Amino acid sequence: MLTRRTFLIGSLSVAGAAGALVVGWSALPPRQRLVGSTPLPVEGTQVPLNGWVKVSSDNSVTVMMCKAEMGQGIYTGAAMLLAEEMDADWAQMKVEQSPIDGIYNNLDNVAGDLPFRPDDHSVFEEFSVWMTRKISRDFGTMITGGSTSINDLWLPMREAGAGARAMLCGAAADKWHVPVGECRAESGRVLHPSGRSASFGELAELAGQQSLRARVVLKTPAQFKMVGKPLKRIDGPSKLNGSARFGIDALPDGLLYASVLMCPTLGGTVSHFDDSVARALPGVVKTLKVDAYNGGTGGVAVIAENVFIAMYALDAIAALGIEWNHGAAANVSNGDMMRSLADALDHSDGHVYYSRGHIDGALNTAAQVVSAEYRAPYLAHAPLEPLNCTVQVKDDGATVWVSTQVPALARKHVAKVLHMDADKVDVQVLLLGGAFGRRLEVDYVSQAAAIALEADGRPVQTLWSRPQDMTHDFYRPACVSRFKAGLNSAGEVVAWRNMSASQSAVAASLKRNYGFLDPLIDRTTVEGAFDQPYEWPNLRVAQTTIELPVPVGFWRSVGHSHQAFFVESFMDELAAAARKDPVAFRASLLEHHPRHLAVLQRAAALSDWGRPLARGSDGAARARGVALHEAFGSIVAQVAEVSVGADKSVRVQRVVCVVDCGTPVNPNLIRQQVEGGIVFGLSAALYEAITIDHGQVQEQYYSDFPIVHMDDCPVIETEIMPSGAEPQGVGEIATPPIAAAVANAVFTLTGQRLRTLPLKLA
Amino acid sequence: MLSLNINGRQVLVKSDPATPLLWVLRCELGMTGTKFGCGIGVCGACTVHVDGTAQVACQAVISSLGSHKVTTIEGLEGAEAVALRAAWSSIDVVQCGYCQSAQLMAASALLKQKPKPSDQDINDAMANVVCRCGTYPRIRAAIHEAARQKAG
Repeated sequence: MLTRRTFLIGSLSVAGAAGALVVGWSALPPRQRLVGSTPLPVEGTQVPLNGWVKVSSDNSVTVMMCKAEMGQGIYTGAAMLLAEEMDADWAQMKVEQSPIDGIYNNLDNVAGDLPFRPDDHSVFEEFSVWMTRKISRDFGTMITGGSTSINDLWLPMREAGAGARAMLCGAAADKWHVPVGECRAESGRVLHPSGRSASFGELAELAGQQSLRARVVLKTPAQFKMVGKPLKRIDGPSKLNGSARFGIDALPDGLLYASVLMCPTLGGTVSHFDDSVARALPGVVKTLKVDAYNGGTGGVAVIAENVFIAMYALDAIAALGIEWNHGAAANVSNGDMMRSLADALDHSDGHVYYSRGHIDGALNTAAQVVSAEYRAPYLAHAPLEPLNCTVQVKDDGATVWVSTQVPALARKHVAKVLHMDADKVDVQVLLLGGAFGRRLEVDYVSQAAAIALEADGRPVQTLWSRPQDMTHDFYRPACVSRFKAGLNSAGEVVAWRNMSASQSAVAASLKRNYGFLDPLIDRTTVEGAFDQPYEWPNLRVAQTTIELPVPVGFWRSVGHSHQAFFVESFMDELAAAARKDPVAFRASLLEHHPRHLAVLQRAAALSDWGRPLARGSDGAARARGVALHEAFGSIVAQVAEVSVGADKSVRVQRVVCVVDCGTPVNPNLIRQQVEGGIVFGLSAALYEAITIDHGQVQEQYYSDFPIVHMDDCPVIETEIMPSGAEPQGVGEIATPPIAAAVANAVFTLTGQRLRTLPLKLA
Repeated sequence: MLSLNINGRQVLVKSDPATPLLWVLRCELGMTGTKFGCGIGVCGACTVHVDGTAQVACQAVISSLGSHKVTTIEGLEGAEAVALRAAWSSIDVVQCGYCQSAQLMAASALLKQKPKPSDQDINDAMANVVCRCGTYPRIRAAIHEAARQKAG
């Protein structure tokens, strides 16, 4: 059967090269990832040993970091991988943002979005993943996202570290006139049995003259000294004294600031504005109309000597009334869109992402049939650092200072806006004050380039206000999902049919940022629904995609963010219908999935599942709810302890979380991401919703798009399962299950089954 | 020109007197440790001290500051600050770090007032500073740890 996924793979190949060339290209060995196309920038006495690491005579070892640090801790995790194989001392490690180069292309991002279940180990799956990774090496891009950084860097960082160690040992051997095999490295020094030793710094210059080491032997897990240790964050100290530099902190000489007001209707543009008052204000440099870029919205900008003047002048323009071209979105509001999604479910069979058995027959003969419909709203990313980008345009090129997850894409689009070659654009990636997927977009980068073009060579920081950030996002798609399941007379699941409807973030992103055609299917719309491990005989999971005039994007954990809520809540509905304990019910469906079963049972044990739960200090009754979910290669179980306030608000007191994320590279960072992921998901479970009225987003601040604060944050206990499997990225894994764990606890406590996010008791 | 007392020094600034302190710090003085988050005082990202009390810099117009003493993260010193930074490090609180200047400013003002804060005290003092990364559990633990270290 020629499935649509075959088509997808086919089209990916065509994207890489045409016709018969593909055959020849496929046979070539994969492109190397050790040395970049241009020499690394060096400072002082730094000596590059390959494209990933520099050693200096001051004894520092500098990792060239191709991933963005947005809080997930990759600076630390990736530096550990390199330091491990290099046998460096952790105290000598430094991190520097890498230039843009093909060796840093992310091999796992697209591969991770191929529509395969985790238990699919077919030849077709293996070939597709291999081919996609090979294509990504040549034609991919640098990208920090999809929880891929640790998987993507696991080999190249370690190979680069081992290669650097070999060059240092080679340098020592030459210096001491001893066989290289007698030299070994330990804690930043090369040692010889004769007692001679030299620091990496002392050997740096000689090591730089050694030939590259592409073939290396990596350590076995038993030889690891750093991997697995809860090392502290390498970016920690700079974040305690104000010295850490985020995108917003780029302060090139002569900096001007721009404030923008975009059409309140998503996708609209500006027709006319009156700047007579604004232009006369002291400190105002220029006012201008800005187009809509990369799926964004057009608007008015003011360039001024400081942010306050720019914002003040923009208010003066708005006060005189701006004529907008509102565009297609002006005709739609939240209610229409949710109706459109429900209609799509009524009138489409959807694309089937996974099926087995005979679903219709099984449902017809089931002893009991359970049906439900679930809903999730649009969501904003709302990183705390509002979107901003600083650009300086000169005759011979441009410099961009920006916090971005996609530096090469940013460079490409700045070059396009400025009508320059991409190699004339220098992109400096600074720390990201949160991203959560928002900084995978480049609308604000292109916009900033267009604004800076009007500043006569002076650098301009375009800084969005919080309302602009909140009302002009690329939102987590709203989704409606329907389930129908059949139980036999013993209360066992015999059939599970599920179909959901939403927009496609992948299709929208490919179109606005990469110029690709619609890929026809989008695994991310249905991830979390078609790929879960439960074993029952008859299953059909489908999805239907519709187009709506709301820009959608990738929100931490993407499709999992809502599908996990739907699936794990409905699992609880089935357990209740079968009159079985929710943990035992799930466990009975995981006979052939020992890792999942172990994670579930460990979470149950740690949370005292099944034992009575005492009232809280406030006297309110509490109940537990459980959820199990697999995402991004990891397995997560959570048990939430919940009470209900006198105002009927849902209060989460404690969350126990157990994760199996393969080899734990740094347990400290994993725990951080589990805690942060839970809090992020909890904000969405309890509070967050974007509402759209005639194409205009109504929420503007954290006051009307509330997030969890200190006083409503639960106690979180995390356990990491030991594992020797390949390590997996952990930035998103803890977000998906929390809403279901909470909703399931609310059901136990109140008898109310909440099927719409955010969770509100009647 | 207005004269402001920032981190123990008198500083002459040329910004318009109606300018909020936040933008004077960031745009005129290049002190970027104080962060912009919302501009209306609901996120707390720009928390500084005015005469030792935590206050959001986006709502403090410079003409109103007079001789009041402003302290920012760059000038945060003293026994509380030492204990808090040590606890922040040993517990490894930070993730993206964008709110952490403000968290430390709010926490140090709290510890000065209440050397042994209860969980409720921490809720009251810290609930106005949002952290989108969700570092709250570690912030709470670090404040308790700093209080213990300072007392010990």
